[in-house]
Amino acid sequence: MTMHFLLLFSRQGKLRLQKWFLPLPERERKKIVKDMTTMVLSRKPRTCNFLHWKDLKIVYKRYASLYFCCALENKDNELLALEILHRYVELLDKYFGNVCELDIIFNFEKAYFILDEFLMGGEIQETSKQSIAKSVEASDMLQETMEEYMSKPAF
Amino acid sequence: MTPSVRLQEMIRVIRSARTQGEERGIIQRECADIRAQFRQGDNGERSHSLAKLLYVHMLGYPAHFGQMECVRLIASPRYSEKRIGYLGAMMLLDEKQDASLLITNSIKNDLSHSSQYVQSLALCTLACMGSAEMCRDLAPEIERLLRASNSYIKKKATLCAVHIIKKVPELAELFTPSARTLLSEKNHGVLHGAVVLITELCKRNPDTLDQFRKAVPELVQIMKGLVTSSYSPEHNVAGISDPFLQVRILRLLRILGHNNDTASDAMNDLLAQVATNTDSSKTAGSAVLYETVLTIMDINSESGLRVLAVNILGRFLLNNDRNIRYISMTSLQKIVQTDHNAVQRHRGTIVDCLKDQDTSVKRRALELSLALVSAVNIRSMMKELLIFLSFCPPELRSQTASGIFNAAERYSPSKRWHIDTILHVLTTAGGDVRDETVPNLIQLITTASELHCYTVHKLYRALVKDIAQQSLVQVACWCIGEYGDLLLKGECEEIEPMQVTEDDVLDALETVLQSHMSSPATRGFALTATMKLSTRITDNVDRIRSIVSIYGSCIDLELQQRAVEYNALFKKYDHMRAAVLERMPVMDKNLPGHTNGDTPGEIKEPDTSKPKPVEAGLLSEPASQVCDLLDLLGGTDTPLQPSPAPTSTPTTTSSADLLDLLGGLEPTPELTIPPAPFDLFVLKDKHCCVYVHVVPTVSVYEKNGLSLKIQCDKQTETEVTVSLIASNSTQNDITNFTLQAAVPKSVQLQMKAPSGNVIPAHGLGQVTQTVLLNNPNKASLPCFRFMRIRVSYSNQGAMHQDTVLIDSFPSTACQPSISPL
Repeated sequence: MTMHFLLLFSRQGKLRLQKWFLPLPERERKKIVKDMTTMVLSRKPRTCNFLHWKDLKIVYKRYASLYFCCALENKDNELLALEILHRYVELLDKYFGNVCELDIIFNFEKAYFILDEFLMGGEIQETSKQSIAKSVEASDMLQETMEEYMSKPAF
Repeated sequence: MTPSVRLQEMIRVIRSARTQGEERGIIQRECADIRAQFRQGDNGERSHSLAKLLYVHMLGYPAHFGQMECVRLIASPRYSEKRIGYLGAMMLLDEKQDASLLITNSIKNDLSHSSQYVQSLALCTLACMGSAEMCRDLAPEIERLLRASNSYIKKKATLCAVHIIKKVPELAELFTPSARTLLSEKNHGVLHGAVVLITELCKRNPDTLDQFRKAVPELVQIMKGLVTSSYSPEHNVAGISDPFLQVRILRLLRILGHNNDTASDAMNDLLAQVATNTDSSKTAGSAVLYETVLTIMDINSESGLRVLAVNILGRFLLNNDRNIRYISMTSLQKIVQTDHNAVQRHRGTIVDCLKDQDTSVKRRALELSLALVSAVNIRSMMKELLIFLSFCPPELRSQTASGIFNAAERYSPSKRWHIDTILHVLTTAGGDVRDETVPNLIQLITTASELHCYTVHKLYRALVKDIAQQSLVQVACWCIGEYGDLLLKGECEEIEPMQVTEDDVLDALETVLQSHMSSPATRGFALTATMKLSTRITDNVDRIRSIVSIYGSCIDLELQQRAVEYNALFKKYDHMRAAVLERMPVMDKNLPGHTNGDTPGEIKEPDTSKPKPVEAGLLSEPASQVCDLLDLLGGTDTPLQPSPAPTSTPTTTSSADLLDLLGGLEPTPELTIPPAPFDLFVLKDKHCCVYVHVVPTVSVYEKNGLSLKIQCDKQTETEVTVSLIASNSTQNDITNFTLQAAVPKSVQLQMKAPSGNVIPAHGLGQVTQTVLLNNPNKASLPCFRFMRIRVSYSNQGAMHQDTVLIDSFPSTACQPSISPL
């Protein structure tokens, strides 16, 4: 299930999150984002969620005002990719409580942290929702306690 | 102070900008702020500034000045700063940046940090953007973490190892021992990672693959456990227990069972169990079933299992979910060649999918339908396909049209049906058919001599109705010209009688001639047809004469030339007219790829329309086809403007005759030869059919009496077919002759069987081998035409071996040669 990249963008084509699992120069990334947004946004409502682009399969799904779009290799299982996207949305929902686009805009770094607990190197690293939620919570706690600790005067 | 307030404040301000210019102004100010912050050094604000920069970066603005800050933050002891620093590294640094090397040391330290969350940051970043060098440095650390750590770290280390192996394949051996033991882990995350790792290891090294085949029973056990386990809230997705892990294991089993009977046998039961027990009402279950089907088809499974798999795909075809229908069709497409009968059973459903709303589904259904056409179902399938052609989206038209033609050619039950089908396609989608259609159809018509009357009547009626479709009009004009007498006779058994007068026919042709919709080539057809009618009609010859003379001053050079020649035929050479304009004989079917492939509309370019001058002695076509210039009368009987038959080579005797015939006429300056094929051409009083047919062969290797020539049979945007011809001029036979070929990575190579491996001496025989090069990415790389050939053979008991590099292929008939690199 090697993902090449994962993008989140709004209905107006504004990018909300981009995760690249392959080293690509900045210019090429921009071009890919543009291609993806044009392709996905021009899809009619009742069409299937799979596209072909170059030699990759593109799987996308719309959740409210956000499009979740990922690129797979030709041998990968598209139906599972849909499940992966869905799982990520569930994780965001659990973390933010009824997640909406604004949550992801204003807390984008948290969205990345959650993603980094779910996927790594383009592959799934944890299949249990609870486990991921626990790790993210623990990391957040660590951040806060460290902050408190660090902001105390040394002596 | 809460960390994100400043960031959120900035985001709010940016979003409130009303114009692009305003936004840019805000961003500029913020970036200046951020830069100042970075310069100030450690003051607890750095992580916020970097977070702000990352947001700005996501909007598309440059952020490279933050790279060094990432490096500094990663090295900080504070977790919050590390966290954002690593995120910044993943977003701003990639292996191509120099700054990425600087974080190697920090990563190394963090890998042995006391807090597992810090370790996890390091592992994640390494797996995301680690370069080969960093991977080499840190591999031993990762291997250590694989073995001796908690599950949280183990699962991350495993995926990190996968990344390392992708970057530095030689390090695969380092991880192989630990990978095996990881399979006994209970934690699903670790197990999943282990399966991914093993899959990667097996992909790289066939020995490792053999080794891991022994793990098949263990994997089967794990799968069984998942499939039969009771509800586990932690991993359950829509009734399936951990579908992600199940799919991954199935994928690994596929690789392990491929081409191996023992392994495949061990999995048979399990696959049957998964296939029957998995509930496919939701996507998760369907995903697992889909993977199971792929696995069953790819290993040496027993036939019962294969039938089960195809039936699952058939069930998918009826599913309400469009995605699942699409998936099933792509899978059926892959197996339609091997399991044809099983797929045929679902033909009805597939044909129904042609009517689906979604274009991707339609496309898949079209490909599958074309693959399922057979002699048995040709009539019903063609009906469906023709209906589809009338309603299909424009981007699928040409594919449908060519598919229909291919199917019709292979399986048509009768000539009349074949002609009817082609006519139907031309009327519906004439603009989207390929260029070879016109000559192919004409050739087909000439062979069906009993149907000439029927055909010409049908074509005439179609012509009268509509002259917009160029291919149809061209064929109609040609037929009317050839069989005009049949048209005028009036009766024809197979079609309703319709009285057609000579004036009607000439009217129709003149409309074509004058219409602005007609392409220049079409008008050429119409003019020639008008001319031909002069011997087939009785009353209106004067009208024809006047039409022809009008075009003698036409601006179009091609038409003008023709008209002038025809005029001459009326005036000075009237006695020859009947012979010249006689009916054409039946033509031999062209070999594919050897037709004049130019679009009829492009006669303006002298390059493409002039056949390539043939290098002496390189005509490799059998003598049955006279390789000569096709053009009307030019070069035959009319002494006026003989086309000098640029392809005339000294080797063909017929062209020598030609030159004799013209007897001492000055060769004219080079004329643009129109690519319109199959115009009449008569040699003396012999009837001879000629068409352009130059296939240059280029010699690529000459040594020790062995010579290798290459000839390009067919050339499209994505595919090239070449033939390699070897001959031997020594005294002794050459034996054990073999050719090996290598092409660039992006090109696929397929070598057909050679005609033999013994080349007789004294040039008495040849060995031919066809090679197919496929460039599926359609990258028009110059190196597409690169090929390295290794020749090996024995001569007089001694083994010889040599390599040849070919960097350009000769052109096919009548196409400009592609310039090499």
